[in-house]
Amino acid sequence: MTLAALYIGIFVIAWIVTRALRRQRSDFTSLKTVTFGDESAVTPDRVASVLSLLAIFLIWGAFTGSRLTPLHVPGPFKGDLSFTYTATNATGTDDAVVHLLAHDFGATVEPPAVTPGDGFAKDDAGTVAAWRSVLVKPTANDGEAATITAINGQPITPDVPLFIDNARIVLTPKGSLNVEPAKGWQMEPIWLPAPEAVAARLKEIATKGYQNTSLWEHLAASLQRVLAGFALGAIVGIPLGYAMGLSGWFRGWFDPIVEFMRPVPPLALIPLIIIWFGIWETGKITLLFLAALWIMVIAARSGVSGVRLSKIHAAYSLGASKWQILRHVIIPNSLPDIFTGARVAMGVCWGTVVAAELVAAEKGAGMMIIAASKFQLTDIVVMGIILIGVIGYSIDILMRMAETWLVPWKGRG
Amino acid sequence: MTGLIIDALSMRFDLPNGGSVQALQDINLTIQKGELVSVLGPSGCGKTTLLNILAGFLAPTSGKVLLNGHPVTGPHPERGMVFQQGALFEWMNVRRNIDFGPRMKGMGQSDRDRITDHLLATVGLQDFGDKAVYELSGGMQQRVALARCLANDPDVILMDEPLGALDALTREKMQGLVLKLWKETGKTVILITHSVEEALLLGERLIVMAPRPGRIFKEYNLPFAERGVGADLRAVKRSDGFADTREEILTMIWGMEEEIMGRKEGAA
Repeated sequence: MTLAALYIGIFVIAWIVTRALRRQRSDFTSLKTVTFGDESAVTPDRVASVLSLLAIFLIWGAFTGSRLTPLHVPGPFKGDLSFTYTATNATGTDDAVVHLLAHDFGATVEPPAVTPGDGFAKDDAGTVAAWRSVLVKPTANDGEAATITAINGQPITPDVPLFIDNARIVLTPKGSLNVEPAKGWQMEPIWLPAPEAVAARLKEIATKGYQNTSLWEHLAASLQRVLAGFALGAIVGIPLGYAMGLSGWFRGWFDPIVEFMRPVPPLALIPLIIIWFGIWETGKITLLFLAALWIMVIAARSGVSGVRLSKIHAAYSLGASKWQILRHVIIPNSLPDIFTGARVAMGVCWGTVVAAELVAAEKGAGMMIIAASKFQLTDIVVMGIILIGVIGYSIDILMRMAETWLVPWKGRG
Repeated sequence: MTGLIIDALSMRFDLPNGGSVQALQDINLTIQKGELVSVLGPSGCGKTTLLNILAGFLAPTSGKVLLNGHPVTGPHPERGMVFQQGALFEWMNVRRNIDFGPRMKGMGQSDRDRITDHLLATVGLQDFGDKAVYELSGGMQQRVALARCLANDPDVILMDEPLGALDALTREKMQGLVLKLWKETGKTVILITHSVEEALLLGERLIVMAPRPGRIFKEYNLPFAERGVGADLRAVKRSDGFADTREEILTMIWGMEEEIMGRKEGAA
């Protein structure tokens, strides 16, 4: 909730500030009086894109205590957490101090040195890690039958939490104290590591590899599966789509199959694929083939159906044969649709391969994050997710560039 | 025997609801080589069906079409076609569009270049050969379509409202170009149009068709096409007889429209 409010706050403030800072331009769009609802007047504001990424990075840093970001939400308490307790026994009451040192998680520290002090209640010492709690029994060295009755002068009863500065203390029925330093707002690295931890892990895995396989081999394994599955899907799907676009018999025959398989998510096929083809490469490539196939069939079919009849008629009356019409009219005319389909198919394949590798794999981006998650190596999981996203986005950008380069006539017919 | 003979042509479609439409009934027409014929009529009179039969895209239910003595059975480069718009191949540049027909026939590069250069000059697109067709204006695209059709050296050019999508000024320029090409090449041209003015101007012979069933209603022999070659078209349109004939034909077509409407109302 707080996080959502914070994010919306950053969004609004960034918007207002950017607006205020911007010089007035007078290009054609800015001179329009009606922009709400005019789609052509809406282009992505790249400043907003940069600020958006920056905001996510800052929030990430703020909640993980990153060294890279200037602002942080309060972290877990660290430092001296000493408190006084009042012990009572048959002879009366006595005060003593528990010197407790809250330290960074994972660090090894020596408990502070203490002198026992006067009276029957002796001072104690201990350490506690941030985000953790510690069970101390200060009365252990206080002689027979001493019980704790107050902390810092406040009376305490078993099982009722007592809050002192920077800590929560619970007296257990057996007379121990469960001391939990204030956790603050930051996330534990095991839930969300800081950006620099992820970067460091990326560097480490990029140089040393993960589970005896280099990072590039992991990513290449996933990419190879995607390319193989997509290529097979395209090789089978495009001619099938053409046939369905050109022949009523083909369309009638394959329509029920295609329309039935299209809404089945590829992930739903994983169990059957494993039963039939096993968990290794054959199964994965078959799965990706099926993920790409229907998309490519439908793209090729609509590419053929979308050809204007007048173009076909024109080609016939210019003397073209059927094969020439296929090659010079129908195929080029369908390329824009096929490219759109290929972009969708690549996206679906990339998503499917990661999911398939989560089930079982020796190498691959998905295998990397699922294996890391089993050892609670959250930094590897986050790194893997970022890499998967970056690669997926890059694939789409490359496909779009190829599209503008190879089919410049798209949408101009 | 040279020329195009349309002999007792009838066309009847069955409808999915069990009825049928008599799109054309007993069309008889003889068109000499080199004639410029325009076909006019209200929508639904079957003029596009007639053109599609002439092009060979449709087979008539009865009757036949003979070109230079042999029957028309399918599309053939001897009968070139110019469409309204959107029939160019946007994945080819202007040159590749124009030499499409010769290329499909397997003509050599140098011969094709010669034809293309000549046609680019004829339609006034000398500097546009390497442009993509979608970079051209609508009028220029129709110039490419005319050149592409001429590149195949057809005997007959069939035009299906070739200027229908153009603005009025471009249209008038293109009418001049059509007349010029007709005169220079000596091709037989059959042109379908919605515009009475265009039909008067671009037809030595003007065929007026009537709907339900589609049939030839009246035929005119007109002097305006001949007068218009290389001349100021607006002067021709102002000249004697043009306005009178236009009014006569408009009245005729209005009459047909009203008859259709009346018949519909009567039926309802």
